[in-house]
Amino acid sequence: MPQPFTELTAVAAVLLRDNIDTDAIIPSREIRAVAKTGLADGLFANWRYLPGEGRTPDPGFALNDPEFRGARILIAGENFGCGSSREQAVWALAEYGFRALLTPSFSPIFQRNCVRNGVLPACLARHAIAQLAEWVSADPQRHRPSVSLVTQRVAAGARSWPFEIAADAREALLSGLGEIEQTLRFNDRIAAFQAADRLRRPWAYDLGPATPGSHRESE
Amino acid sequence: MPATLFEKIWNEHLIADTSGGGLLLLDRIFLHERTGGVALQSLRQSGHRVANPAHVFATMDHVIDTRPGSRNPGAADRAGNPFIEVTRREARAAGIHLFDTDDPRQGIVHVIGPELGIVLPGLTLVCPDSHTGTQGAIGALAWGIGSSDAEHALATQTLRIPKPKTLRVFIDGTLQAGVTAKDLALHLIGMHGASGARGFVVEFAGPAVRRLDLEARMTLCNMATELSAFAAIIAPDEQTFAYLRGRPFAPPGERFERAASQWQELRSDPDARFDLEIHLDASEVRPMITWGTNPQDALPIDGSVPDYQAVSGRLSRQAYERALSYMGLEQGRALAGLPIDGAFIGACTNSRLSDLRRAAALLKGRRVAPGVRAICVPGSTQVKRLAEAEGLASVFERAGFEWRESGCSMCFFAGGESFAPGQRVVSSTNRNFEGRQGPQTRTHLASPETVAASAIAGHIADPRTGQR
Ligand code: SF4
Repeated sequence: MPQPFTELTAVAAVLLRDNIDTDAIIPSREIRAVAKTGLADGLFANWRYLPGEGRTPDPGFALNDPEFRGARILIAGENFGCGSSREQAVWALAEYGFRALLTPSFSPIFQRNCVRNGVLPACLARHAIAQLAEWVSADPQRHRPSVSLVTQRVAAGARSWPFEIAADAREALLSGLGEIEQTLRFNDRIAAFQAADRLRRPWAYDLGPATPGSHRESE
Repeated sequence: MPATLFEKIWNEHLIADTSGGGLLLLDRIFLHERTGGVALQSLRQSGHRVANPAHVFATMDHVIDTRPGSRNPGAADRAGNPFIEVTRREARAAGIHLFDTDDPRQGIVHVIGPELGIVLPGLTLVCPDSHTGTQGAIGALAWGIGSSDAEHALATQTLRIPKPKTLRVFIDGTLQAGVTAKDLALHLIGMHGASGARGFVVEFAGPAVRRLDLEARMTLCNMATELSAFAAIIAPDEQTFAYLRGRPFAPPGERFERAASQWQELRSDPDARFDLEIHLDASEVRPMITWGTNPQDALPIDGSVPDYQAVSGRLSRQAYERALSYMGLEQGRALAGLPIDGAFIGACTNSRLSDLRRAAALLKGRRVAPGVRAICVPGSTQVKRLAEAEGLASVFERAGFEWRESGCSMCFFAGGESFAPGQRVVSSTNRNFEGRQGPQTRTHLASPETVAASAIAGHIADPRTGQR
């Protein structure tokens, strides 16, 4: 279950590229196990490491910059998390330590995945992102922005900007309550809805029992 | 009140309003081994169970081995095996439908959904996969979700979602010969950009859409994902009903006809209001090809790489230069005539029987140019069998194409097989992102016809001039 999110003051890393897709965040080949963990190492692998075998950090890549050490906030460009719907992208970011992502816009599936995992996807105006990035970059270890989900603002020194987040996403992040548990409390209502629906649309239920396909038992 | 097709389906499935959206009943949940196994496993580990196993389907398509010859029960790359094994184990434990590697119903999730009649008009269907909107071509509301949402869907048969806005893309005019739904889609994405439909359900409508057969409609809806659409949908019609009759999971006989009479209502009312409308003339569309690393970088095939000015509204100078260097191109370079190393026909965009037929018509009696690696991967085991039965497979093979087992194959790179670094590939897939078909592989998206014509020519070629 996700951790509740209320406020966070932390080092922010700056990666101002637009259209950072989920394959850039976690390349497909880095997803080796059927698990939600073990992904932090592969985060941004194509950019983070120099080409070749043994993972040598590319000194030119932002996250390898000692200035951004310990970053828990990521400031990035537009349309962040586009591409494949793989939730591993969020798991990798979260495992690496990020709890808040600040961008002008997100891919919708990615944004929902963030909320499910207790990571705040906050949309700021383009100019706010630019000003914030500039302020942070001047001295990242000391210029730590504060993100408040309570007031829906990001503060940087004397300045602050509002950010956008859907009302239900905000509630879910603030409470940290698992969504499945929330919905299961409506179970009776769902069952009643389905019973009535079955009469309205019998064809939607005309499926027969599940038939697991045969498979040669592998010896 | 007049309603759009989307609103009708939304209202019919709305259990409760939530702030900014609703709690919706789901009719079908589809899983594949790449994301489905982990969702089932994590659900079980958290002490929940699948609410309605009979409404849940799983297939093996993403990492399964597609190399020619007898079907390997494992992955193309050993690292993929755990995904297959976990999905198999969890699917059996949960008692859901499973189309395993050796099942004749196996195939790419968005190909077999319609093919098996699992998706029907007016249904809601979700899958932890971004191209789920493909299945909206049947007249269903089908959308892609993440793994946590998939767990929620499995445990409750519902999902809480924000209500999307509505966008109608009205298409009239007639597609010219040699121009396909894929070109239409690339044309649209080229015009409106990679975020052109963000937050919208796209309804494709108009006489040109009515004239598309069901498989072409699937291609069109498939590509709406590259406009960032929440989902795509096309109102069902007689063609849709004819397509679905007799499919294994569609209701049989009289029960089908009763359902079809209800499905007649599934269309936007004449005076329904959309949040946004786009109009398109199909006769203006030419065969399309992409030059960059996003599907929005699409141009008519006789075009050349644009200068920065032409794309500055969409790309930063840095992104433009990065795309050019990745693709090994320079401004002003004509796209037709670019030498290629690979040709790929497959993926949930263009791997159905009609796609293979049209490509085969161009390949018949010809040979792939020397040095070009050409691959055809049917979208499902059933497509493969039908193509073999009507002689298409041997047309592909005689032309020098690899004829493969069905699956996603080299549509995306997962650490197994891929094209080589720097290789230029013309591909019937839907994404040309950096590294999508292999590290440093350069992908040009196009229709299966254009892929076939280019494979023969050895360079990017207009399929219309190749036609006999
Ligand atoms: S064919 Fe490609 S785009 Fe389609 S589901 Fe498979 S990997 Fe995704």
